[in-house]
Amino acid sequence: MSRKVFTVPDQAIVTPITIVPELCTGCNLCLHVCPVDLFLPNEEKGAPPHVHYPGECWYEGSCVDVCPEPGAIRLNRPPATRVNWKKRADLDPAGR
Amino acid sequence: MSTGALRGPIPWPYPIEYDRTDWQDCDVLVIGGGASGCFAAMGAASRGARVIMWEKAATMTSGAMGSGCDHWEMAATNPCSLVTPEELADAMVRMHHGYNNGISHYIESREGWDRLRDLEKYGAKIRDTDDEFVGADFRDPASKLMFAYDYVNRFTLRVWGTTFKRAMYRGAKILKAQVIDRTMGAGLLTEGGRVGGRVVGAVALNGRTGRFTVCRARSVVFCMSRPTRLWLFAPGATGLSEFRPPQCTGDGHAMAWRVGGQFTMLEKSLRGEWSGLRSFPPYSTGNNHNTWYACTMVDATGRKIPWLDRDGKELPTVADRYRPTPGQKFYMKGGGEPDFPFYEFQGPETMAVEDAVKQGYKLPFYADLTDMPEMERRVIWGMMVGNEGKTRTPVYGEYNARGFDPSQHVLQSYGDGWRSGQFLPQERQFFGIPGGMVNDWRLMTNLPGLFAAGDVLFASDCVGHAAATGHYAGRHAAAFAATHGEVAIDDAQVQAERTRLYQPLGRTNGVTWQALAEAITRVMQNYCGAMKSDDLLHEGLRGLEELWANEAQALMARNPHDLLRANETLNVLTNAELVIQSCLARKASSKELHFERIDYPELDPPDWHRFVTVEKRADGVTTGSLPLDYYGDFASNYEAHNADYIREETGR
Repeated sequence: MSRKVFTVPDQAIVTPITIVPELCTGCNLCLHVCPVDLFLPNEEKGAPPHVHYPGECWYEGSCVDVCPEPGAIRLNRPPATRVNWKKRADLDPAGR
Repeated sequence: MSTGALRGPIPWPYPIEYDRTDWQDCDVLVIGGGASGCFAAMGAASRGARVIMWEKAATMTSGAMGSGCDHWEMAATNPCSLVTPEELADAMVRMHHGYNNGISHYIESREGWDRLRDLEKYGAKIRDTDDEFVGADFRDPASKLMFAYDYVNRFTLRVWGTTFKRAMYRGAKILKAQVIDRTMGAGLLTEGGRVGGRVVGAVALNGRTGRFTVCRARSVVFCMSRPTRLWLFAPGATGLSEFRPPQCTGDGHAMAWRVGGQFTMLEKSLRGEWSGLRSFPPYSTGNNHNTWYACTMVDATGRKIPWLDRDGKELPTVADRYRPTPGQKFYMKGGGEPDFPFYEFQGPETMAVEDAVKQGYKLPFYADLTDMPEMERRVIWGMMVGNEGKTRTPVYGEYNARGFDPSQHVLQSYGDGWRSGQFLPQERQFFGIPGGMVNDWRLMTNLPGLFAAGDVLFASDCVGHAAATGHYAGRHAAAFAATHGEVAIDDAQVQAERTRLYQPLGRTNGVTWQALAEAITRVMQNYCGAMKSDDLLHEGLRGLEELWANEAQALMARNPHDLLRANETLNVLTNAELVIQSCLARKASSKELHFERIDYPELDPPDWHRFVTVEKRADGVTTGSLPLDYYGDFASNYEAHNADYIREETGR
């Protein structure tokens, strides 16, 4: 059954992961801990892994938690799930 | 910067090993490396068994609590607890009108604290050793343990759960269990290949290389998830389809169903609470439950929503929210069980949203940590939200980075409180304590040699339950392995499994796993939704048969990752049949089971006050029943089965 196998990146509607190539050392720790295995290793040694199956992200942030380079990887929560907060002092007592 | 979204085809970066077969041999094979799996491996290894554990993802972070947890519930044997394991297990059973797993919840209550001490030994943080909360009402000065909910009775602990999964992984490795990641348990092997026979091993599939593994084992422990994606699927953001992680697809249920495993309570499903982009991540919005218990809620004008005791009497102080009502011995979760509160164990709760709106409180409501005493504010925002699963980076980290200040800001609540999402009645989910495999006092299933723990068990709950039942099942699986000889595996069964698993590879113009996944949810919503009848359910079975005959035969996979996803989806299809068969078997409606039969409308007729069981045999589905109290007395049965463990723990 062996044959040449290619893969096309998943065209998801979400972009859960941002990697900053200047900060990423390509250590692939994120790839090793990702529970859904959404990364693929880069063909080039030391280069950032590919975010290959973005749609499968669970947004728990294991990749960010494990990254040794601050700011090299960021989790982007889907904008539809953004939550609102305000200053307690700005709640309007008149209810307007 | 790169989000990796738009690139062309690349060569698959891992070796392709579709033709390779690895052969393994052990005493106890653990399938699933979450909380229950890691502890099953430790429990079996502590008895001297040779243990192999397969984990589909990465053991260091995977499973439902891999990224953290903030509570450890029902730890009745911790040194500060004022309740006994018998009282707690009895409360859990009665709160669900008998529809609960008395064995597994007694184990949780009796051994949960032992597992916390194991975690501490392997590097996890379970006490306030940094003295961050000295003087707080919820902290015991001597032990430095911290408690949630009922501060008088002190049986639920606040814990630093982001340290737990690594400690479990470490513990399994220290005890010399062989941990194998990226390997999906895919099929059970039975003596002579027979349905209903003794379990003698299993086969697995590697999600990176496509390698096939066959393991011969004297006993097997199932530590996988409850079924998911039966009614809910989120195309385009498939990872968010369910509350539990996307790799948790209930593979164990499907594997056991195929070879005659016995299940109960799978007719119980609840209206969906979390899915896709339609709900907010749990604990990320303003609420006052669970992680956020017992936060003050205010309306849009800053007016406080009253906290009430179980009789509806207003509680004047924050401290009152953490105490039983006068005359009540203890309460379970405050604000828990909003559907059917159970008076005897009911805790404080805010006025219901609809009542508050009727009384003139203005929407939207907000969680107001600024009103909480400093210790409570810091423990909710800093510790609990910082340690709950899926909250450390996406909620605590992100909100802090965006400037959220719990001493100044109020966080908006959406929908009816902590659910923060609205679903249709037919959009259902296994939540609360759903169905699963039937177990005896060894946590062995009806299949000799197959043990179950955590979410594979019927009426499973959270991490303390998973850890305690995992260790217990591991010990008993080791005892079984020590007294039962090896059995040869059946070559024909291995070959049949290999053929089944690799079918999607050869196809190029077919159906994607996502399309099949979506189609399954449509059948389940249409024919196994909120209102059920024999006619509808039979139509549902026909719908599933059509999917088997057509789409399942056209399912395609281009690489090992897709092959794993395809096989997960076929397991979901299998689980759909198991669930419809479970619904057909109960010819009566039940309030506790959230089960509405339009052809049998009478609620909870006494004749049906029992567990209904289903199992698939070569000649069709067999149904049966068990009394709700089939497990007998808690303490005497436990002691009869665990003399060795009791001796060891007494010495510890």
